[in-house]
Amino acid sequence: MIAVARGAVSVSLAGVIDALRGHGDATAIAIVRDLRLPRVVLGALVGAGLGASGAALQGALRNPLAEPYLLGVSGGAAVGAVVAFAFGASGDAVITLAAFVGGIGAVFLALAVARVGGRGTRADVRTLLIAGVVVGAFANAAIMVALARAEPNTVRGALWWMMGSAADATWRRVAWLAASILVAGGALVYWAREIDVLSLGEDTAASLGVDAERAGRRAFLLAALLAAATVSAAGLIGFVGLVVPHIARGMGLRAHRPLIVAAGLIGATLVVAADLAARTVAAPTELPLGAITALLGVPFFLVQLRRTS
Amino acid sequence: MIELKDLVVSYPGARLNAVDGVSFVGARGKLTALAGPNGSGKSSIVKALLRRADIMSGSAAIDGRDVRMLPYPELARIVAVVPQREEATFPVQVREYVFLGRYPHLGLWRAPSREDDRAVDEALAQAGVEDLAARDTDALSGGEWQRVRIARALAQKCPTLVLDEPTTFLDVAHEMAIFELMSSLARSGLAVLLVSHQLNLVARFADTIVLLDRGKVATTGTPADVMRADTLESIYGWPVVITRDPAVGAPALVPLRRPVRL
Repeated sequence: MIAVARGAVSVSLAGVIDALRGHGDATAIAIVRDLRLPRVVLGALVGAGLGASGAALQGALRNPLAEPYLLGVSGGAAVGAVVAFAFGASGDAVITLAAFVGGIGAVFLALAVARVGGRGTRADVRTLLIAGVVVGAFANAAIMVALARAEPNTVRGALWWMMGSAADATWRRVAWLAASILVAGGALVYWAREIDVLSLGEDTAASLGVDAERAGRRAFLLAALLAAATVSAAGLIGFVGLVVPHIARGMGLRAHRPLIVAAGLIGATLVVAADLAARTVAAPTELPLGAITALLGVPFFLVQLRRTS
Repeated sequence: MIELKDLVVSYPGARLNAVDGVSFVGARGKLTALAGPNGSGKSSIVKALLRRADIMSGSAAIDGRDVRMLPYPELARIVAVVPQREEATFPVQVREYVFLGRYPHLGLWRAPSREDDRAVDEALAQAGVEDLAARDTDALSGGEWQRVRIARALAQKCPTLVLDEPTTFLDVAHEMAIFELMSSLARSGLAVLLVSHQLNLVARFADTIVLLDRGKVATTGTPADVMRADTLESIYGWPVVITRDPAVGAPALVPLRRPVRL
């Protein structure tokens, strides 16, 4: 509610409630219903998607440094978006879709690279992680090359997008992201116990009746799907996917079902708070959301680290 | 019960078969030891039992059922395996960890029943780690961690138990404790298959030893049959003598010194 109320133009809390119910000043109604509310909801969804994705990935890949953007998703999505910009696309839906396709494409590329690296047999999770990093690095290089020859306007658009922002929230984007998170996040929660077992290592997982390769690939793909959806809706918002799962673990959650859900909620809270800060601290200038999430998240993480140790 | 018949396992791109026609039986109520030099195919046999290595020919069966025909969860309900390596990336409470041994019975959604609780309590007691139940897995010593891993496998309540080098990195007392535990588990009616380098301990505890060399069974039988100086010398490529363990009279291996040219 506070996040909806505050901004370059402040609306009182009572005003927000009135506006939501369709009463009062037409400007306030427009600000609340068409600008603020979709933005807050989008921020919450992005945070939830990244948090859940990170929690599942760290468990499945058995790596506390794993995060959604390490899979090549971010680089791929950025390539998709930049290609769309370069072809002069300006439609919201086109760019979102291009970024999503780019992100998923990069993940499949990473899976293929990992399979070649694993000598045509079983792609183990470490190879998968390295493949993701390699594909991501390649994608970033491709963007640099493409941007070097691009028009200033394209560069600015691409840069803004890469810094991440919930500013361009529309209800259509919100709906698209909500649907992706419901499907991919729901699937991760459904298979969460398998991730518990997978986090013990592949041989141990096999000894407990889990097909480790299949389960690992499934978790990897679902997490990537979540990440690609958030990136296509709001650009790159770093830090959330990496640290939020650790915050959730610090609260004593170990089993992945509650962990994924909690990481989603914490991620949502963090991004909404960060977005609020991004648009109010230096208003009317907006700060890049991705930077604020890190600025807010790091001290929080440090406080918790001290409390647990 | 474990039954291998002319089992052949090979890895893609490898020139030689990792396991090359191995047959043996690990019976219920017996402790069967799988020994042999590094790279002789011991761990590949364990991987084959987990369906994580390709069986080219022959068969591996648990209680008369071919492992290739069994879906993963069903396999995990008849054979429990403690693999060689396992890193605990994220610490969990010991009891929760042992509870993961119930996964083959619980699946993705079933809530744990009283039977699951009882299985976990029994497993903790059998492995002698009840007092560690509330600890986190990253606060365990090497010996405790191995016992907790065995407890997890026992919670699966399978009639067959396979352990791959469970005493690596353990000191004498902890090593003995693990061997005693395995021996008593076999006495209680389980078919226990133990992969181990510790020939002298194996000779004291195992009912049958299967000695592998380059993917084949070099010799098999009781410890007295297998622990012969000439056989061991040719397999390990190192001079040895066999003496008697002064305490119980089991055959004991003493490798001799041999100058190494630099």
